[in-house]
Amino acid sequence: MDVLDVARWQFAITTVYHFLMVPLTIGLSIVVAVMQTAWVRTGKAHYLAMTKFWGKLMLVNFAMGVVTGIVQEFQFGMTWSAYSRFVGDVFGAPLAMEGIVAFMVESTFLGLWIFGWERLPKRVHLACLWAASLASTASAYFILSANSWMQHPVGIELVDGRPRLTSIWAVLTNNTAIAAFTHTVSGGFAVAGTFLVGISAWHLWKKHKLSAVDDPDRKVWSASLRLGAWIGMVAFAAVALTGDTQGKLMFQQQPMKMAAAEALCHTEAPASFSIFAYGDVSRPDCENVKSITVPALLSFLAHNDFSTEVKGVQDLTTLYEQKYGHNYPVDPSLGALSGQPIDYVPDLPVTYWGFRFMIGFGAIAAGAALLALWLTRRGRVPRTKWFPRLALLSIATPFLANSFGWIFTEMGRQPFVVVPNPTGVDGVFMYTAQAVSPGVSAGQVLTSLIALTVVYGVLAVVEVFLLVRYAKAGVAGVMPPPGDGDADQKKPDDDVLAFAY
Amino acid sequence: MDLPTLWFWVITALWTGYFFLEGFDFGVGMLTRLLARDNTERRVLVNTIGPVWDGNEVWVIVAIGATFAAFPPWYATMLSAEYLPVLLILLALIGRGVAFEYRGKVDSDRWRHGWDLVILLGSWIPPLGWGLVITGVATGLPIGKDGVLEGGLGALFTWPAVLGALALAGFSLVHGSVFVALKTDGEIRRRARALALRVGPLCLLPMAVLMVLVQVRQGGLVTIVIAAVGLLAGAGALVRLAAGREGQAFALLGVLIASVVVSLFGSDFPTIIASTVDPSYSLTVANAASSPYTLGVITWVAAFGTPAVLVYQGWTYWVFRRRISAAHIPPVHVP
Repeated sequence: MDVLDVARWQFAITTVYHFLMVPLTIGLSIVVAVMQTAWVRTGKAHYLAMTKFWGKLMLVNFAMGVVTGIVQEFQFGMTWSAYSRFVGDVFGAPLAMEGIVAFMVESTFLGLWIFGWERLPKRVHLACLWAASLASTASAYFILSANSWMQHPVGIELVDGRPRLTSIWAVLTNNTAIAAFTHTVSGGFAVAGTFLVGISAWHLWKKHKLSAVDDPDRKVWSASLRLGAWIGMVAFAAVALTGDTQGKLMFQQQPMKMAAAEALCHTEAPASFSIFAYGDVSRPDCENVKSITVPALLSFLAHNDFSTEVKGVQDLTTLYEQKYGHNYPVDPSLGALSGQPIDYVPDLPVTYWGFRFMIGFGAIAAGAALLALWLTRRGRVPRTKWFPRLALLSIATPFLANSFGWIFTEMGRQPFVVVPNPTGVDGVFMYTAQAVSPGVSAGQVLTSLIALTVVYGVLAVVEVFLLVRYAKAGVAGVMPPPGDGDADQKKPDDDVLAFAY
Repeated sequence: MDLPTLWFWVITALWTGYFFLEGFDFGVGMLTRLLARDNTERRVLVNTIGPVWDGNEVWVIVAIGATFAAFPPWYATMLSAEYLPVLLILLALIGRGVAFEYRGKVDSDRWRHGWDLVILLGSWIPPLGWGLVITGVATGLPIGKDGVLEGGLGALFTWPAVLGALALAGFSLVHGSVFVALKTDGEIRRRARALALRVGPLCLLPMAVLMVLVQVRQGGLVTIVIAAVGLLAGAGALVRLAAGREGQAFALLGVLIASVVVSLFGSDFPTIIASTVDPSYSLTVANAASSPYTLGVITWVAAFGTPAVLVYQGWTYWVFRRRISAAHIPPVHVP
């Protein structure tokens, strides 16, 4: 088996899996920090209950995000050592910064928050959660700066055939990085929004069924649902706006990726946007794609006006061949690809459908949030089962949207691992095939692929099992009933080690 | 001191910090079977490190990240040559972190036994693995062109590397026992101290042998002095523990691990990874360093970031300074 293929599968699986946890961690930890702030400021009991309930779910997920993140930092060196040598001067810096500035803060203050209930002054304890959640957002920023540099290398010169950092500022303020960061964090809030809506809707409906409308926890669920729905709506608007910015940048920086996203074979002016294809989008049949299109919309998405030309896959291929050559360099480290023709077109079905699923699933999540707001207007409670069911199902949609978004953006930059910057320094790019570790065998990578996939699979089952269990148990699951025997000595919120192990 | 040399010592310091901090929480994990007699005692043990293990673990993330930024070939060669040991370490760390968080989430003995096993393996494998990897890298491996390991997996198990694995695991066990004695009260404290005294000499032996071996093979005057200080500190730790001074013993173990890492890394300086195939394939501080600009950038970040890390991590230990015992453990409350 080919090392390159196994290595790409391994990277894809570990990264997409890690990214199932990250958006929920970022979105939910900030939401819980907001809830706790509300509690500290108003002293209202339902805010405390919200903090504890959502905080518990946040922690179950946080643990997985942290441990799967470790693999990310190591696998560049393990499986992609040629890549690491090539880009180390640039790529390592944001990773080191993430460690020192963000990850240290995140993990230390999370521990303080988990174990600090009652032991720290209220405001200090609250500040710990803010520190941990903002640090995890900062973490995302550094990592996305590193990733965006691979999409659009800036701040460098070419010395001895390798990029050398000349401006860390350029790397950290890379327009690609800022667009990716805002888009990704918005996606995190979309996840948190549907998460709140889905679980709260289910509890609200349950309360209705038990006809215990005066249930003390009802306030927890209606407040959570409304909060979640608003977050979901705002997040979706932000996702759309930032996505548009990102798309426009991509038309300039990685035109092939966007042409592939549209399965646009031939250059068009004005170019129409394909909503849905019912032909086979894989080449060479991309000629025969039939799709429902919106005329001139793609031109607008690319350049903000309705008539500009958008380059198609075939013209771009010619351009890339002229600029970067027809064949891979003759180099034994490239194995079977050495000296072979380069295929500059990414996998069309994956990019085309990845782009559409990203947008489609994101839109479903926003629709669910809007519906939730409408159904609970002026204190109403959903009384039919279809809504809580739909809301629960919609929890999955922003996760899917995020995953497809990443698959699209990473697959769309193939065959490059470091994409050439059209306005940057010539010669700074790297083919994915050149990036794998020269000394590592397919067997070793396969071992890690299988081991990690199995472990991740088992842990996914466990995490979902625990999330469902705690979600079902509701407030009672995270706050022990007050006054069991020694009620006199206990303050109402004296569950000191409620979050302890 | 030029920037590459500075960063070589920064990375040495990061590994020292990591082995000192996570060393004791690995030790506590190893002890969950040896020391605890029931679930409450096991919860006492896990809760002694509960608030801090995650912060401790980040030291290795920073060490690896700093290596990537400062010495990309070091990062690339170490991790690709040591592929399978590093994979095992990662799997162990993944399971361990999740296990701490999840073991108390369901009130069932089967559930807890399962996660306890993960904690046990997850606490034994990383010190064994890191001991193997770090000692192997510091004492020389058959590294060929492009950092490719020659001789397969077996080539990683050199004598010093195997000794390093045992040394770090043994150290962690003692360090963890002393930490438990320092952090708990009552019966479990007494047992932890007795255990540390009983197994201490044996568990620290591989580390002593490793230090002597490395110094005989490749030591200089300075590193020999440092190693000697470490050996004295190790012996002193046991003496102070026997006298009931747990805090002093813990601090002396810190001196021991610092001297081990510094003398190990320093005895071949400026070589980072010595190639036993051909010295021209060896990585040195000079030929593996990033550009001065990149080193300058991370130096600024570290100059501001590191003191902050030390302050807030120190504060964490201060907040959770109280000894805990079985009496502090709340009843199980799970849905």
